[in-house]
Amino acid sequence: MNPTLPMAGRVGYDKGVLPPLPIRPMPRWVSALIWAVVSLVGAGALAVLALSRGETINAAWLLTAAVCTYAIGYRFYSKILAAKVFALDSQRMTTAELRADGRDFVPTNRWIVFGHHFAAIAGPGPLVGPTLAAQFGFLPGALWIIVGVVIGGAVQDMVILCASVRRNGKSLGQMAKDEIGPVAGFTALVAVLGIMIILISVLALIVVKALAESPWGVVTVGLTIPIAMLMGVYLKYWRPGRVLEVSALGILLLFVALYAGRFAAEHPTLGPLFTLAPVPLAFAVMVYGFAAAVMPVWLLLAPRDYLSAFVKIGVVVALAAGILIVLPPLQMPAVTPFIDGTGPVFAGKVFPFVFITIACGAISGFHALIASGTTPKLLENEADARMIGYGAMLTESLVATMALIAACVLTPGIYFAINAPAGIIGTTAESAAQVIATWGFTLRPEELTALAAQVEESSLLSRTGGAPSLAVGMAKIFSDAIGGSAMGLWYHFALMFEALFILTTLDAGTRVGRFMLQDLGKHLWAPFGRVSWYPAVLLSSGLFVGCWGYFLYQGVTDPLGGINSLWPLFGIANQLLATVALCVGTTIIIKMGKARYAWITVVPMAWLVIVTMTAGWMKLHDPNPKIGFIAHAYWVQGFLDAGTLPPGVANAAAAARLIFNDRLDAGVAAFFLVAVLVILAASAREWWSVLSGRTPLRSTETPHIIRGTTIPEPSASYID
Amino acid sequence: MSRWLARIAATVRRIIGAPDYATYLAHHRACHPGRAPMDEATFVAERLSARYERPGSRCC
Repeated sequence: MNPTLPMAGRVGYDKGVLPPLPIRPMPRWVSALIWAVVSLVGAGALAVLALSRGETINAAWLLTAAVCTYAIGYRFYSKILAAKVFALDSQRMTTAELRADGRDFVPTNRWIVFGHHFAAIAGPGPLVGPTLAAQFGFLPGALWIIVGVVIGGAVQDMVILCASVRRNGKSLGQMAKDEIGPVAGFTALVAVLGIMIILISVLALIVVKALAESPWGVVTVGLTIPIAMLMGVYLKYWRPGRVLEVSALGILLLFVALYAGRFAAEHPTLGPLFTLAPVPLAFAVMVYGFAAAVMPVWLLLAPRDYLSAFVKIGVVVALAAGILIVLPPLQMPAVTPFIDGTGPVFAGKVFPFVFITIACGAISGFHALIASGTTPKLLENEADARMIGYGAMLTESLVATMALIAACVLTPGIYFAINAPAGIIGTTAESAAQVIATWGFTLRPEELTALAAQVEESSLLSRTGGAPSLAVGMAKIFSDAIGGSAMGLWYHFALMFEALFILTTLDAGTRVGRFMLQDLGKHLWAPFGRVSWYPAVLLSSGLFVGCWGYFLYQGVTDPLGGINSLWPLFGIANQLLATVALCVGTTIIIKMGKARYAWITVVPMAWLVIVTMTAGWMKLHDPNPKIGFIAHAYWVQGFLDAGTLPPGVANAAAAARLIFNDRLDAGVAAFFLVAVLVILAASAREWWSVLSGRTPLRSTETPHIIRGTTIPEPSASYID
Repeated sequence: MSRWLARIAATVRRIIGAPDYATYLAHHRACHPGRAPMDEATFVAERLSARYERPGSRCC
């Protein structure tokens, strides 16, 4: 240890230690008054949302209700976590300081960590979920997003972040194993792998649905791949390290790609060439995922990630600005008749399906992986965990609220024409208008064709998956904000942004999945685990792509559109992971001797168990073939037995495949349910054991070292 | 002005998660003065491969 080193933790971070600023505390009554006003405004806005019936109301009410609730949640609810449960101590040295290595463990300014954490948690999930859930009207989705995040999602993220910061940045799986037991740890590991497969397949399905029959979209999104590779080569060979310079170039090229897409779509030979059907597109996405998993990361993944981070933050800010400028009215009613389960976008009643359709934005188990991944190794002060864990999740929830607004600025007629599968509304604007009229909404056929012409697509009918309708909504907001022009460019820009988001999750996810498979498989056959041995790399990547590719193919060929069966599976899986995270959080809180505060994680956990169990059980056993997988298999079998075919199915072989897929999906749902039960039982056993005194309270936290009192020894984990 | 630009650039680089060689070098000089640090290309390669092997780097 270098004796001249004054503060081991501050090394590599140029800020130094500043004296606290002399801020005079606000008088108590002023603060009380401000919060009383925020509460009243928020409650008033919520009341307007909840009580409005029959007239359209402005999006400003929804935004106000959301922002006021977030502010109160942050000020009061997260304070309980920070002060009472974890007693965050700004003088306590964080793992980033204690183990500073200039690589993973780097004490970092909280605003930078906030940005980094937000860019990592925000993906396509909070955009697509609320768009699909808009079929129930804006109210059910809005309430779940606003309330769910304050009580559930933000609590989960902050608890896991605090727990991980005090355990050397341990991962969720490792904490599940250490705190609950090996069974829970292993179940969590396998569940994560299963969730990755379902997540990637459903995201890929959304991209395929959005790009099918759209030459402009295919060319623009396709061009983002060579753009990323050009950036990679530039960074590796021409000007190493110039990340910002190359990102600026990349963003410029994205706009070129946008215009190139229009040029190709209007071109007499290129247009038809890039007009692709869903099945070939699905295979193209699989090839892309495989290539991304085996190619060097500097060539594709890393540059794409930089580009995506900029576009992500830029579009989120632009969308917020657009909504604030336009303040659009919400055309969708507060509640539609489809809360009874007969909705065309996906089947199932508002309970439990709104709670699994909207995962990211309200509560997302995936965040627990990030809150126990890179982020805890960056905190320079553990008190920052409140702003980063709780605050970043509130911001993501705001993104979900904005996505809901963008979906609801479309009239219900247009929304359902875009989002309902052809099997229900037919293949012409006239037939769609007729069906939609029976639901009590009006759609003039020429209105739909005019909109399609405006966004320069051949048709907007049954462009399911959520991405196209969100893109239309965003295009409307953007174009209104600048005076109502260039809908086509905005639409394809929004589509490109969504696809860029999704493909960055898909390629990085495939690569991670490959490593997880190799890690599991090495126990069966050791050479399979060698991460730089090409046969093992190709085999594991192929295996993983095959897994999600199968579900993708199943979704693409499904006559009901695929989203109907895959999105609920993804929602159940994501909420399962959140249940695991909250079980770990509860266990940690109890073992800290804070059992009287355990309700703070037990309440959202109990709600998620109720929701996932109900939804999972319905997906398995509901007698309605639109909801239950097994019932659907019998329904198809019934047609085959009668010597006919179900609508939309070409031949008996396709019907047989449909039956197999139903059984497979039922198996996946059953696996997720069993995993919830296993982890819950293991946790309950551990809680009982601690609470009854059979297991002594024993902290697994790293020692509490006050900053400046001791110079810690360099950490043993340092590898050079 | 240029110092401000450099600061902003460093902030943005950290937010998007690009490898930060300067921070690593500063850490290495201060804590391990006797040993030679990795060169920039090795450092970048090591950071990128570490980033894309963990499940905790990406979300839905």
